[in-house]
Amino acid sequence: MDDKNKKTHDAHINLNRRQFLTKATTAASAVGLAAACFPFAASMFPSMKKVTTKETVKVDLSDMKPGDQKTIQWQDKPVWIVRRTQKDLANLKKLNNLLQDPLSKVNQQPKYADNLFRSIKPEWLVVVGLCTHLGCVPTYRPEPGTVSKKWEGGFFCTCHGSKFDLSGRVYKGMPAPTNLVVPPYKFINDATILIGRSK
Amino acid sequence: MPRRGPFKTWFYTRMPIHKFWQKHYVNYLAPKNLNFWYVFGSLSIVALVMQVVSGFFLTMFYIPTEEQAFNSINNIMQKVNYGWFIRYMHTTGASALFIVIYLHIYRSIMYGSYKYPRELLWVIGVTLYVAILAEGFTGYALPWGQMSFWATSVILKLFGTIPLIGKQLVIWLQGGDAVTGITLHRMFAFHVILFPLIIIILTLIHISSLHYVGSNNPLGIDTSKKDCINYHPYYTAKNLVGIVIFLIIFALVMFYKPSMHGFFIEPTNNIPADSLKSPENISPAWYLTPYYSILRAVPHKFFGAVAMASAIAFLFILPWLDKSPVRSIHYKGTLSKIALLFFVVSFLGLGYLGTLTPTPINIALCRILSLIYFLYFILMPYYTSYEKAKITPKRISQ
Repeated sequence: MDDKNKKTHDAHINLNRRQFLTKATTAASAVGLAAACFPFAASMFPSMKKVTTKETVKVDLSDMKPGDQKTIQWQDKPVWIVRRTQKDLANLKKLNNLLQDPLSKVNQQPKYADNLFRSIKPEWLVVVGLCTHLGCVPTYRPEPGTVSKKWEGGFFCTCHGSKFDLSGRVYKGMPAPTNLVVPPYKFINDATILIGRSK
Repeated sequence: MPRRGPFKTWFYTRMPIHKFWQKHYVNYLAPKNLNFWYVFGSLSIVALVMQVVSGFFLTMFYIPTEEQAFNSINNIMQKVNYGWFIRYMHTTGASALFIVIYLHIYRSIMYGSYKYPRELLWVIGVTLYVAILAEGFTGYALPWGQMSFWATSVILKLFGTIPLIGKQLVIWLQGGDAVTGITLHRMFAFHVILFPLIIIILTLIHISSLHYVGSNNPLGIDTSKKDCINYHPYYTAKNLVGIVIFLIIFALVMFYKPSMHGFFIEPTNNIPADSLKSPENISPAWYLTPYYSILRAVPHKFFGAVAMASAIAFLFILPWLDKSPVRSIHYKGTLSKIALLFFVVSFLGLGYLGTLTPTPINIALCRILSLIYFLYFILMPYYTSYEKAKITPKRISQ
């Protein structure tokens, strides 16, 4: 192609159309690329089989004396069972103005545990032992005065310093935003509970 | 033109890699006054190469499953021939890489290497730093000891504070409701494939963009060809001294103090992961503790995470916060010097506090130091434009 022919040839090029085609091709490729990413991203979600696991755990309570605490594993999480003493229960009534959510208004428990003691039977506390801040397992500190001077017993998270009372209710001004989670559970008989199912 | 044999001639007419080598190494012109602070860029490449080599060999013996991860590390340490050597090189190398990177970043802050025309170079560098943090974090998970498990759990839960998508994002990252062997396995995938690739690519981009805008220097002034010397042999020779000193210190640590009093390898990580019990005092690896302290300083879940993220975000926008007409700390005013001192003290202090238990006094100190850390950035536009900068020389003195 000589120079003269090239010029006339170039004049016939519709640059707008060319630009449109370039953009359209780019857009289509981007959509295709995004669609191709989907199966990879989706693969990282737990499969339905794992999600729908309705694992339940039976726990024998007959060996627990007042003041005892025990940790069991339920659906990869620690669950605490605490047998509170009468003194603990009396203390829980006095803490209201120190707590973030004393009446458990945030939905962190089944209906039947939505009471002062956050439990079915006042004596028995059943909670998921994961701090609602970033998921550490707090420590059980029943003795008064061990964590701070006015400590009435409860749970203390050593990761970031969150404090909970013996009902798993969080104190004010803590990094943890909500009370500990109460899992669904029921009493099979006086000395056995089933964690993971309400009925 | 040097004389070339027939093989080289044949090769170079088809693939002129010698030109790349000449451009980016031999004939790269660097200012003649680069001091010892300029060795840390090269050292980070040395450390990176050591990590790639030792990591490659560890991959042959490590098993990324819940049941076997912990034992496979013991196997490497006790039974694999020179397994201890390879692993200690990797654990010491991780910390060494972070030490040289922190010094490298400090150098850039001190001499204003982030200022025009090196803003993008700086942004790429900070991105690279974040990628290396991610690499460090995923690697920390792999031994599957108590510290591995709980640091992984806490850091992944941080993503849960993102509004709307947070909860799903954590499930997506963990591969379930809680951190399990599934999480471990994907940490392994991230650690050996994705992040190393990103780091290597970003390193190449970082170096090539450096070679486009040219190196800054301790005086922070623009340099002409007359003020520059060839990288090779001059800086090759100088950096070799630095590399030899680095390797001597590295070897001393690796052979005599590989755990570095619990900072490089935590004693708590010698206990296998237990999802039912957190360790007494959990803290991430030392290179993450400054940010961890900032997280602890804020008594609110969401804003704690925001503070932690913005601590790094401020680094990205540093070039646009500094309004000083000069680059180097030598010619900035007293306010900038004091601010830099406070910044370094706050960063080191936060780092130290992050390794301690969160007692009320420690939390109070964390709050003061976090405030100083953020004020360094927030007040920078004001003190750098208020103070009077000294007059910079036109050329590096002869």
